Amino acid sequence: MSRQLIFAIRRLLLTIPMLFVMSVVVFLILRLVPGDPVRTMLGFRATDANVAELRHQLGLDQPLLTQYVNWILALLQGDLGKDIVSHAPLADLLAQRLPVTLELTALSMLLAVIIGIPLGIRAATGGRWTKRLTEGFVIFGISIPDFWLGIMLVLIFAGTLMILPPSGYVPFAKDPIANLRYMILPVLTLAAGEAAYILRTTRSAITSVLDRPFVTFLRAKGISPNRIVFGHALRNAGPAIVTVIGLQVGVLLGGAIIVETMFALPGIGRLVVTGINQRNYPTVQVGVLAIATIFIVVSLVTDLIVAWLDPRVADGEAT
Amino acid sequence: MSQAIASLRSRPRHDSSSRLMVIGGAMLAALAVIALLAPVIAPHDPEAVEVRRVLGAPDFLHPFGSDVLGRDVLSRVIYGLRVSLIVSLSAVAGSLLFAVPLGLIAGYFGRWIDTTVSRGLDLILVFPAMLLAVTFIAILGPGSVVAAIAIAVIYLPILARVMRTSTLIVSRNDYVTGARARGASHWRVLASHIAPNALGPVIVQASVLSAFALQLEAGLSFLGLGTQPPTPSLGGMLADGREVLIQAPWVEIFPGLAIVVAVLAFTFLGEGLRRAFDPKGVAE
Repeated sequence: MSRQLIFAIRRLLLTIPMLFVMSVVVFLILRLVPGDPVRTMLGFRATDANVAELRHQLGLDQPLLTQYVNWILALLQGDLGKDIVSHAPLADLLAQRLPVTLELTALSMLLAVIIGIPLGIRAATGGRWTKRLTEGFVIFGISIPDFWLGIMLVLIFAGTLMILPPSGYVPFAKDPIANLRYMILPVLTLAAGEAAYILRTTRSAITSVLDRPFVTFLRAKGISPNRIVFGHALRNAGPAIVTVIGLQVGVLLGGAIIVETMFALPGIGRLVVTGINQRNYPTVQVGVLAIATIFIVVSLVTDLIVAWLDPRVADGEAT
Repeated sequence: MSQAIASLRSRPRHDSSSRLMVIGGAMLAALAVIALLAPVIAPHDPEAVEVRRVLGAPDFLHPFGSDVLGRDVLSRVIYGLRVSLIVSLSAVAGSLLFAVPLGLIAGYFGRWIDTTVSRGLDLILVFPAMLLAVTFIAILGPGSVVAAIAIAVIYLPILARVMRTSTLIVSRNDYVTGARARGASHWRVLASHIAPNALGPVIVQASVLSAFALQLEAGLSFLGLGTQPPTPSLGGMLADGREVLIQAPWVEIFPGLAIVVAVLAFTFLGEGLRRAFDPKGVAE
C-alpha cells in the first residue's frame, strides 16, 4: 500500500472522533440550557400538559445516553426532527437552506482565490510600490469587519448608485441572473477579507520558495523569471496556500452567519440566528450540525489535497 | 526576562517594527483613555432619547449626528468602544490565564501530558470560531459576559499551542538543564526559568488575537447575541441603524469606523511586536 493511501485512510479515520465530538456538543446544546429548556422554548404561558408533550416528543424524559443513541440513530436515517415554531420537518428546511450557504461560501472563496493568488504572486515578485500597495490591502482587508464593509457596499451600490439590490434572494434555478445580482454584495463582503489572507499566505509562501537554492540554480540556468514563479515556485507554495484556503472556509462559514443575516439570505447561518432568538433549539442544533459537518469535510478534503500535492506530508504522517 | 531583553539589544532594531509598535501603541493608548474617561468625555448621555433629534444630521453639538431614537451617536460610540474593549480584552486575558499554564505543562512535560492537553484542545478547533461562539450563546443565552467567555474558549487552543511551542524551544536551553542539575524542582524551573523566557510569542499572539476578538464581539452584538440594549455597543449600533442606512448614513459610518480604528490599533501593535519579539515566527 502506498504511503499516500495509508495517510488518506488514517486521515479519514480521524474524522470519526471529530464527528463524534461535534455530535456530542450539538446534542448537548438543548440539554445544557440552564433551567427547563422546554419551558423556555414554549414560553411561560404554556400549560404543563404542553410542556410534558414537547418534552416527550424531544425524548427529554429518557436517560441521557438513550437520548443520544436515539438522536444519532434518527439522524443517520435522515430524521432531523421538527422545527418547533413552523412544525416543518427540519430535513426539508435544511434542504432549502443549504444551497444558499453553499453558493455564498463557494462564490466568496472563488473570488478570494481569483484576487488573492495573483496579487500574492505580484506582491512576492513585484517592486517596492507593488509590495506597499498589497501590504495596505492586506492590513485593511483583515482589519475591516465584514459586516461594516457590507453596510458600506450597500450604501454605495444600493443607496447611492442604485445598481444592485440592498438585500433579498432569488433561487438560482428560478432566475440565474437575478440570483447573481442578489449575490454580488454578500459575496464581495465575504471575499474581501479572505482575499487579504490568501494574498498574505501566497506572498510569504512564494517568497520563501524563491529564497531556496534550487531557485538560484534555475536562475543560473537562464530559466525565465515567469517560468520560475509559475512553473516552480507556485508548485512548491501550493500546499501552504491550499492549507490556508481550507482553514479559511471555516472563517467564511462563520462570516456567512453574519452576512446572511445582513443581506436577508435564507441560508443556514440565518436559520441558526433566528433559531437562537426564538429559543428554537432543535433548529439551532440542525444548523450548527450542518455548518460543522461542512467544515470537517472541507478540512478532510484540504488535508488530502495537500498530501497529494506534497507527498512529504503523507510520509511524515505515515512513517 | 533579562535574557530576552539582552537578546533584543544585541539584535539590530528593525525600523518598521518599532514604527508599527509606536503607531499601534499610541492609537491604543488614545482609545484606552477615551474608553476609561467615557463619562467625562462623552458630550451627552448615551441613552438619553431626544424626539426632536431623531436621525439628526451631524452638527456642531452632535458631531456624529443622532440615531433613530434621537440619541447622540458620538456619545454612544464612546461608550460602545468602552464595552467592546472591555469584552474583547477580558476575553483574551481570560484565555491567556488558562492557555499559559496548559501550554507550559504540555511543552515541558511532553509525553502523555502533552498528548492529552494538545488533543483535548484540538477538539475545540473542530468548530469554526464564529459557530462555536454562536453555539455557546445558544446554550447560555445572549449577553456580553457569555460573548467574552465564548471568545476566550475559541482562543484557548491557539494561545496554548503557541505557549507549548515556545516552551519546547526554551526548555532545550542549557540553563534549564543546569537548573534541573542543581536540584531545582520542576515547578521552580517552569516558573522562574522557562515561563519568563517563553512568554514573548504568546503575548504577540494575544495582541494579534485582540484585534479579532474585537471584530468577533462586534459581530455577535450585530447579530443581537452579544451586548444587549440599552447598553450601547458598536455592533449593536450597526444593527440598529441598518434600516435607516440610506437616510442617515452617519448612524452606520461612525460606529463602524470606531471598530476599524480599534482593530487597526491592535493589528499594528501585534505586527510590530511580532517583528521585534518573535522573529522566529513561533506565534504564527
